Amino acid sequence: MTTLAPARLVDQFELGLAAPICLTWELTYACNLACVHCLSSSGRRDPRELSTRQCKDIIDELERMQVFYVNIGGGEPTVRPDFWELVDYATAHHVGVKFSTNGVRITPEVAVRLAASDYVDVQISLDGATAEVNDAVRGRGSFAMAIRALENLADAGFSDAKISVVVTRHNVAQLDAFKALADRYGATLRITRLRPSGRGADVWDELHPTAGQQRELYDWLVAHGDGVLTGDSFFHLSAFGQSLPGLNLCGAGRVVCLIDPVGDVYACPFAIHEKFLAGNVVADGGFEAVWQHSDLFTELRSPTTGGACARCSHFNACRGGCMAAKFFTGLPLDGPDPECVRGFGESALRVEREVPKPAVDHSRSIPLMVVNRPPRRRCDENPLSEFG
Amino acid sequence: MECAVSTDEFDLDARWTLHPQVALREESFGALLYHFGTRRLSFLKDVTVVEVVRALPDHSSARSALAAAGVETIDMYSKALAVLADSQMLVRA
Repeated sequence: MTTLAPARLVDQFELGLAAPICLTWELTYACNLACVHCLSSSGRRDPRELSTRQCKDIIDELERMQVFYVNIGGGEPTVRPDFWELVDYATAHHVGVKFSTNGVRITPEVAVRLAASDYVDVQISLDGATAEVNDAVRGRGSFAMAIRALENLADAGFSDAKISVVVTRHNVAQLDAFKALADRYGATLRITRLRPSGRGADVWDELHPTAGQQRELYDWLVAHGDGVLTGDSFFHLSAFGQSLPGLNLCGAGRVVCLIDPVGDVYACPFAIHEKFLAGNVVADGGFEAVWQHSDLFTELRSPTTGGACARCSHFNACRGGCMAAKFFTGLPLDGPDPECVRGFGESALRVEREVPKPAVDHSRSIPLMVVNRPPRRRCDENPLSEFG
Repeated sequence: MECAVSTDEFDLDARWTLHPQVALREESFGALLYHFGTRRLSFLKDVTVVEVVRALPDHSSARSALAAAGVETIDMYSKALAVLADSQMLVRA
């Protein structure tokens, strides 16, 4: 960081930027997997999904705004038939691409293609360092699929893929194993926080790290933080002591936001709910208009008081934690994070509270059963049969 | 977004320019620099340093670019430019 003036950058960022630093763009809600903790409750494609043309218009706008790169996700973004066309279009227009995938389309041929591009980063999602731990969350066969993708990338000479891990109660003991796995494939480990967002709300109680594990995680980050990416995910743990690398603030609507598959703009990738919906790129005059002028983002950029946390001696370290984690556990936004390291979140969770219902859900329902019953009338099979 | 510590003295008498893979985006507090090759982001925390960085290739030396921007605290700015050179944001022209 280039430091000149004594003013803290964080204070500037709280007031928002002309364009986001970190923009997540979920290209589709369609997904071949059905991870139990999916942030975006993905599964089925939304029929209103943006067209190729509309996506390219967004990229043109991002280029004009100098959004240097986008984090593309989903759903499983690579199942969009125009996925590679959009990746090429973005990089040709000075918008770098980092995309997250479960690996389903990372064949040896695709890996060779990716290795030839200078401006594409690939993140393979993996939530266990063993098939047993991973597949319990991401579905049977998903560990083998991710490993195959990593092998294909390594064989093609793709350097520095990322292995992206959501830290849970069941994999927090595997951090060293994840690191070893990343090293084996010449990849970088990226670990992020489990959010109670999307389907994550249903499993958060059982899957989020215990208080003891949070401390373990913090110590591990302090020891290994330099070689591991976190997307600034664990800033609430900074209250344990020394501040973790990164901005250590909630960037929602200030330096971060999410564009969803239908063009809705949310304050952050973990907040797909109408309460955090700033506008729509198609209906509200484009992304720049939403980013710069929406009422929600203007409000998020006004100085925060810290509410119940303001008097806490650790407030400057954690800034009250994650807005989405509070919202989806039914805690007040100006109070402690549910995983507050001083335990204020735990006591807040014991009080009666109302957990908001997910507003957007594309989960696949129970698979349709084929009914095998002989037709009783000819017109059961063909309503026009009488008119032949 | 890591903090970098300069190891070398910055050569104030050389001509410098932004690395061809670096983009500069102005913000109210200064600017962001993004290096498409190293994927690193840096922040220019005041408008004077933005002016200096933009003007570097038009001057035969960094010293002259600093003088043209009216900078008197050369040491402070020299350190900032050294950090940028270390992270390959700036290269010799």
